[in-house]
Amino acid sequence: MYDKTLAELAAALKKGDVSSEELTRHYLDRIEKLDERYNAFITPTPDQALAQAREADKRLAAGEGGPLTGLPLAHKDIFCTRGIKTSCGSRMLDNFVSPYDATVVERLAQAGVVTLGKTNMDEFAMGSSNETSYYGPVKNPWDETRVPGGSSGGSAAAVAARMAPAATGTDTGGSIRQPAALAGLTGFKPTYGRVSRYGMIAFASSLDQAGTLTQSAEDAALLTQVMAGFDERDSTSAEKDVPDYCASLGDDLKGLKIGVPSEFFDEGLDAETGKAVETALDVYRQMGAEIREVHLPNLNLSVPTYYVVAPAECSSNLSRFDGVRFGYRCEDPKDLLDLYERSRGEGFGPEVKRRVMTGTYVLSAGYYDAYYLQAQKTRKLIRDDFIRAFEEVDVLMGPTTPTPAFGIGEKTDDPITMYLNDIYTIAVNLAGLPAVSVPAGFVNKLPVGLQIIGNFFDEGRLLNVAHQYQQQTDWHRQMPTGIE
Amino acid sequence: MSLSPDEVRHIAHLARLRIDERDVDDYAQNLSRIVDFVDQLGQADTADVTPMAHPVDMAQRLREDRVTEENHRDEYQQNAPATEAGLYLVPRVLE
Repeated sequence: MYDKTLAELAAALKKGDVSSEELTRHYLDRIEKLDERYNAFITPTPDQALAQAREADKRLAAGEGGPLTGLPLAHKDIFCTRGIKTSCGSRMLDNFVSPYDATVVERLAQAGVVTLGKTNMDEFAMGSSNETSYYGPVKNPWDETRVPGGSSGGSAAAVAARMAPAATGTDTGGSIRQPAALAGLTGFKPTYGRVSRYGMIAFASSLDQAGTLTQSAEDAALLTQVMAGFDERDSTSAEKDVPDYCASLGDDLKGLKIGVPSEFFDEGLDAETGKAVETALDVYRQMGAEIREVHLPNLNLSVPTYYVVAPAECSSNLSRFDGVRFGYRCEDPKDLLDLYERSRGEGFGPEVKRRVMTGTYVLSAGYYDAYYLQAQKTRKLIRDDFIRAFEEVDVLMGPTTPTPAFGIGEKTDDPITMYLNDIYTIAVNLAGLPAVSVPAGFVNKLPVGLQIIGNFFDEGRLLNVAHQYQQQTDWHRQMPTGIE
Repeated sequence: MSLSPDEVRHIAHLARLRIDERDVDDYAQNLSRIVDFVDQLGQADTADVTPMAHPVDMAQRLREDRVTEENHRDEYQQNAPATEAGLYLVPRVLE
């Protein structure tokens, strides 16, 4: 059963071939059996899952079920879940039990989705490899000596090992697409503001976006249909109607204009990964799409821009963790300053501290104009490049990551090398655009991803472009060995 | 540009972060590299560029000034490290 997509499981539930309770037990058993090896979960929630499954079975029996009723799923531990530990991968929140549900969690639960548990992640979503989690690194099911990517690496490993048929994730600089590429999954990040950030623990608010890690673009469409849409509790939520994403999945691609930015094929790109992307472009040519070279001349500014904007916002967002109202508090503080400094010093890990300090520095008096203001200007240059490109083409394509999954511990000593791993994904967050990574082959038996970037709020077309590729190829149906 | 250990201690203090004395040199080295890396932004010609405020150019939404939340104090305080009589406890601030 674990080899099935959400769409296939939904059909089985509807026909009565399986009950939600049986399905849920199947995945809970797999988590129990396999997770010791991968460390993908921080908190499995079997009791709650079974209760939700029984409830879903009642709804299905009464003919009241929707398209997602009874389907199991895992949530990244960045989403607040009422009554369940929400740690954000940090010691700071190791004792935090959320008093409310994030909008994403609430909407999926209302649609009848069963929550299997909360997945491991880089601490406060800061990382590209899932090595910064307080709960230890996650292992890539394709090769346990390698990283699954970050920061939604627990979600990626959970789905790659089929311990969950799908999972939620968040993407601030590539944290859905990069782990999807490294773990052989479909990772979808909608337009900034399309999905509510309410109850999603903030890292860099102008970049953070919730999305999905699934086996197929069709599954991403199914979940996004429920997650997307205006939420008045999030002041940056887009007041736009949500189109029927599944309805556009059948459109053919004749005449589709695909732009390929030459800057994505720089000297940092692994040759074999580049070849896989070229092969994927040929598949699109055969489907009748037209491929054109385009330019994003300021792409080289995207990583440094991100490493000013994101730490600046993180230093501000993380100031709420002060040991007073919730979260970790140090032992025997001698005064208030000692309470703040030691609670934060002991509660945060080294990467979080590094970014908080970077943010404090670039925002400090005397440096604000040189760094933060300048970064907001270069951010505009980067976004304008995309706007110009979309005057010529419908979607953009390129690699998701420069290389396949790297070894655990390989890049941890060098922040800049680690940061450059997100070089092809970061610009998309700075511009606020939607993008998806789909499996597009293997290099040395490790999956690689094709990134497809869409115009603002053009999620329907983007998912269809990914879906059509998955009708022609079976990369997305491959599974790692050893998970049977 | 190189950040000295003293500058690192100062930034950590501004950020209200205690860092271990043993780690100061490491942070100085890593932060210096990050600052060097982001310094390249200074070379971009941005003379006529308006800084970006929002990725999708939305206007800030306003709402009516009315209470929409019930009182959740007891529930929220269950996560607090120390409370008394409905208040959050911190070390003495005034002697």
